[in-house]
Amino acid sequence: MFSTELAQTLLSGVLMGLIFSLVAVGLTLIWGIMDIVNFAHGDFLMSGMYISYWMYALWGIDPLLSLPVSGAFLFFLGMVAYRLVIRRILGAPMLIQIFATFGIMILMRYLAFYFFKPNYRSIQQTLLSGNIDLHGVYLSIPQLAAAAGAFLTTGAVYVLIHKTRVGGALQATAEDREAAALMGINTDRMFTLAWGIGAATAGIAGSLLSTFFYIFPEVGGIFGLIAFVAVTLGGFGNVAGAFVAGILIGVVEAMAGYLYDPALKTVFVYVLFLGVLFFRPQGLLGVE
Amino acid sequence: MLSIDRIAVDYDGVPALHDITVRVPEGAIVAVVGSNGSGKSTMLKTAAGLLHPSRGTITFEGADISRTPAHEIPKMGIALVPEGRKLFGKMSVRRNLDMGAYTRTSRAEIERNLERVFRFFPRLSERLSQQAGTLSGGEMQMLAIGRAMMSNPRLLMLDEPSLGIAPNLVDRIFEVIADLNAKENLTILLVEQNVSEALSLAHFGYVIQTGRTVLSDTGKALLDSPMVRKAFLGM
Repeated sequence: MFSTELAQTLLSGVLMGLIFSLVAVGLTLIWGIMDIVNFAHGDFLMSGMYISYWMYALWGIDPLLSLPVSGAFLFFLGMVAYRLVIRRILGAPMLIQIFATFGIMILMRYLAFYFFKPNYRSIQQTLLSGNIDLHGVYLSIPQLAAAAGAFLTTGAVYVLIHKTRVGGALQATAEDREAAALMGINTDRMFTLAWGIGAATAGIAGSLLSTFFYIFPEVGGIFGLIAFVAVTLGGFGNVAGAFVAGILIGVVEAMAGYLYDPALKTVFVYVLFLGVLFFRPQGLLGVE
Repeated sequence: MLSIDRIAVDYDGVPALHDITVRVPEGAIVAVVGSNGSGKSTMLKTAAGLLHPSRGTITFEGADISRTPAHEIPKMGIALVPEGRKLFGKMSVRRNLDMGAYTRTSRAEIERNLERVFRFFPRLSERLSQQAGTLSGGEMQMLAIGRAMMSNPRLLMLDEPSLGIAPNLVDRIFEVIADLNAKENLTILLVEQNVSEALSLAHFGYVIQTGRTVLSDTGKALLDSPMVRKAFLGM
């Protein structure tokens, strides 16, 4: 029986999944270009949430309007993180790279604890509020807008990488750093740009989420982990794969909550994750 | 035009070149031959800026480029077709060619270079949307040379262009190199294990052994030299 409840669940899963996709795309981009897993990715998202929160709380600026600020600020922060930390550990053993991005994560998370306190905060009144009714299926307008924004941003990143000259240079750097340099591409600049774009997408996702999700210092942990799962499912470095995997995770989470128990919804995501690791370690869309 | 002057190069902390001198006059084809591991590829990588000499200098048209980073070399008019071709295998043929033109900004110039590549390698124009990684060995080498031509270099350096391609195509590749030199006025620096082909094509040749230049002369004279005949041609 195809009930409206089921339709409701599927649709909210897709809407949430689109946000997961956007977060995952930024993470997979950085991995694809320089083989580094950024453990601070979720905390870039947390920063974006707080930017929108404080601009709303202090000056009454709607998250819809603070979104570009958050994107631009995180773009800058991502580049700074690369220049100050990541650039020094490019050729280093993997453990050192893990510690470095882990260190950035801890720094950001505890700065947030220190300055913003562990309180759960939320944004109540936004330009977009309420629900729309599609034949008995209710969709929250903030969530719909967030999903649309996530979809557009993901699309923009995809077009940038696959259709533009600088995107070609990013891809070339990802495939073969030396060959890219021989083409006249400044690969260090491409790494900087990748960190900027990666962090900006997380920041934008944070602002989009801030309209309907609780804001607290550890919120990045949830999204960072789910993004990591999406990146693995989609095949490391595969932007289209991360997009599909993000939506899949959103749907699995929602369905598990609907059919079984909302408290255990993430468990099913990790079961899917382990299943794919066992049977298709290159990811669902990955090639060997 | 290019002058490699008594350079020494360390590769990952291990000395790879000890004392290499190679001069490439404008308009010439210069071949550098030597056995596997003699340092030929390291020399080209150093000239392309991927490595930097610990001693000695490299000058191009009078400017010292010993310390110039690799990504600034193409703008100066030097292109390298690297060992193993190093194509962007996941990208289309067309996008590989576009990457070759990365330092070129004039649309008209890029179009002209593209037409020139198609004139030399008509086969590439039929494969534009194909993924570069799925081409045959010979086509890959054509694309690697075509990609280097897209930056409109005055000096083209080629690292073992005959390696790993079908024998009937080897002749075609050497023909193209001769044509690029004669008709397009490109200066060529060629590193090869295919000693007889390379030296008969070249105006000047150098023999290097374990990181040192040991012999230099015109290509023809080297072909006739007892040392080359004994060491490389098995005579």
